[in-house]
Amino acid sequence: MSKYTEDDLREELKTKEYQYGFYTDIASDTFPIGLNEEVVRAISLKKEEPEWMTEWRLEAFRAWEKMTEPEWANVHYAKPDFQAISYYSAPNSKPKYNSLDEVDPELLATFTKLGISLDEQKALSGVAMDVVVDSVSVATTFKKALGEKGIIFCSISEALREHPDLVKKYIGTVVPQKDNFYAALNSAVFSDGSFCYIPKGVRCPMELSTYFRINQGGTGQFERTLVIADEGSYVSYLEGCTAPSRDENQLHAAVVELIALDDAEIKYSTVQNWFPGNAEGKGGVYNFVTKRGLCEKNAKISWTQVETGSAVTWKYPSCVLKGDNSVGEFYSIAVTNNYQQADTGTKMIHLGKNTKSTIISKGISAGKSQNSYRGLVKISPNADNARNFSQCDSLLMGNDCGAHTFPYIEAKNKSAKIEHEATTSKIGEDQIFYCNQRGIDTEKAIALIVNGFSKEVLNKLPMEFAVEAQKLLEISLEGSVG
Amino acid sequence: MLKIENLHASIDDKAILRGINLEVKAGEVHAIMGPNGSGKSTLASVIAGKEDYEVTQGHIVFNNENIDELAAEERAHKGIFLSFQYPVEIPGVSVTNFMKTAINETRKAKGLEEMPAKDMLKLIREKSELLEIDRKFLSRSLNEGFSGGEKKRNEIFQMAMLEPQLAILDETDSGLDIDALRIVANGVNKLKNKDNAVIVITHYQRLLDYIVPDFVHVLHNGRIVKSGPKELAHELEEKGYDWIKDEVEA
Repeated sequence: MSKYTEDDLREELKTKEYQYGFYTDIASDTFPIGLNEEVVRAISLKKEEPEWMTEWRLEAFRAWEKMTEPEWANVHYAKPDFQAISYYSAPNSKPKYNSLDEVDPELLATFTKLGISLDEQKALSGVAMDVVVDSVSVATTFKKALGEKGIIFCSISEALREHPDLVKKYIGTVVPQKDNFYAALNSAVFSDGSFCYIPKGVRCPMELSTYFRINQGGTGQFERTLVIADEGSYVSYLEGCTAPSRDENQLHAAVVELIALDDAEIKYSTVQNWFPGNAEGKGGVYNFVTKRGLCEKNAKISWTQVETGSAVTWKYPSCVLKGDNSVGEFYSIAVTNNYQQADTGTKMIHLGKNTKSTIISKGISAGKSQNSYRGLVKISPNADNARNFSQCDSLLMGNDCGAHTFPYIEAKNKSAKIEHEATTSKIGEDQIFYCNQRGIDTEKAIALIVNGFSKEVLNKLPMEFAVEAQKLLEISLEGSVG
Repeated sequence: MLKIENLHASIDDKAILRGINLEVKAGEVHAIMGPNGSGKSTLASVIAGKEDYEVTQGHIVFNNENIDELAAEERAHKGIFLSFQYPVEIPGVSVTNFMKTAINETRKAKGLEEMPAKDMLKLIREKSELLEIDRKFLSRSLNEGFSGGEKKRNEIFQMAMLEPQLAILDETDSGLDIDALRIVANGVNKLKNKDNAVIVITHYQRLLDYIVPDFVHVLHNGRIVKSGPKELAHELEEKGYDWIKDEVEA
């Protein structure tokens, strides 16, 4: 791609050709940097979206312009320059493929590097994958098998074309456009993401999985995920992230909305391993994510996350327990090493009667990192007999890191029962020596102790994911002891 | 097998061991006795390679190899085992998982493949039967919520699994009632053979009724001040340690 400056863009925007899309001239299909209404329109046009979607995005953009970046989190970083980011980047090889043979070999090589073999995945694990590489889905597998059950699993762009009514009905209902600064930004410029609909009474026969990856330097990713489990249905959804080393900071501001209708259940598992920056704290991904689920009557949403990457994490997967007897769960492992900062936790909003929530948070801090748990348990006046159990454990390695816990409780109903337990421990030299004496070296000993500490959460992950997550924990803490 | 020559060791510049000489041959059981603070546990830790201690003089030779510079895990790989006086808890890590890791790390160090799961299970079954350990116990988190007796029995189970050449039992009898003591001692005796050796560190003679030593050494102020046959232990029990102290200072 030839050098393309902001001035060039401004020049182009003045010309009439714009409405047919200036971007078609650009070989690599990456938008010039900067953000304004025209860019928002261009994204929408590029994705051949219906008119109402363009308006929806613009509404979000206008709201975002008036908002300021939140500063209450226990993290410190140089704020991104939102005008220095390109808001759309797509792999060159389009259109869609019917089989892997048609996929660009370069792209397949990238998958191999990531340890993802689509063929193997297909053959062995029965995992259907909607792979998002730089914002555009390039391959969707198992679509046919899912289709027979009436399950829709595709990119959100495709959903907007093929199932606009479903998208229109649900998008923004759990995370409104104006919810917060990053959610508003995402609503305005999201480039792609996944869409999933499970029909009434259907139990999804396989784990649905999406791998995200940031591919091109300087392109922020704005994923939008929408999962709808219709009445009495069940789905388990896996989201895994890997990102290659980068020098400059990359912004990642995703939005995930889950809707569990009456008697439905959604399990949403994440392994997040974006580039954390180097040992000196240079570079790394800013991960500012809004994830929220809505439970109708007797519904259940379970969030499980293993967060090992990113330089700065700001993330609170939450449940709105609207229906009576609904259940929300949050299981989290957050690892920070070197100069990483994480402020993560959950919100459990109890609105319905007999609603139940469980929070298990395991924070592991090493190096010079800061790891904060921030959680809200809110019991509304009508939520009779609401129950919450929270457990927040912190494990410290060394003397230069920090673990912080910020639990908030708002109970407006006297029948509520809320329990909160918290512990802080340090990996002791005695524990390490004990392992050493049994022939286990220090690196492995730490992995063992950390895995033991995180076990309650690791056990909640689907099998293959748990193995991957354990490896990630080990890799993330490599070199954390002197 | 083990040869300790003029060993001096200190912690935070405080000298604890002041010239230990000890030789242990295959097939032997040695008891090291002595009053509190005489350096018994320090000796055990230094042989095992705990980094907190600084060896200021002397050498430890194991199977004709100087092991002064080896890390604790490398010494373990060579067959040195320490049964801890206070075994630490590792929450969330089962006894089985811990043993599996220990065995496979040792095999890896020797250039061997991981032990197949089938063989591992067989070994666990054999050893738990030998030591009369309920296998439910093995799925519990390592030492978490274990009673004193369970902790010590778990140490001996680990010893059985790892089959060390040299086992050092550091105050294995402390905190045990007589029944637990008998079970633990029986376990050690079952594992004892002509190719391995045991060093029993104890304050009291009663453990030595069950694990009978070939030699008894008395440690005082960081030195072995008296050595003798098993009867020496009885003499100490009768007369107390002051007798030795007086004899040394006389």
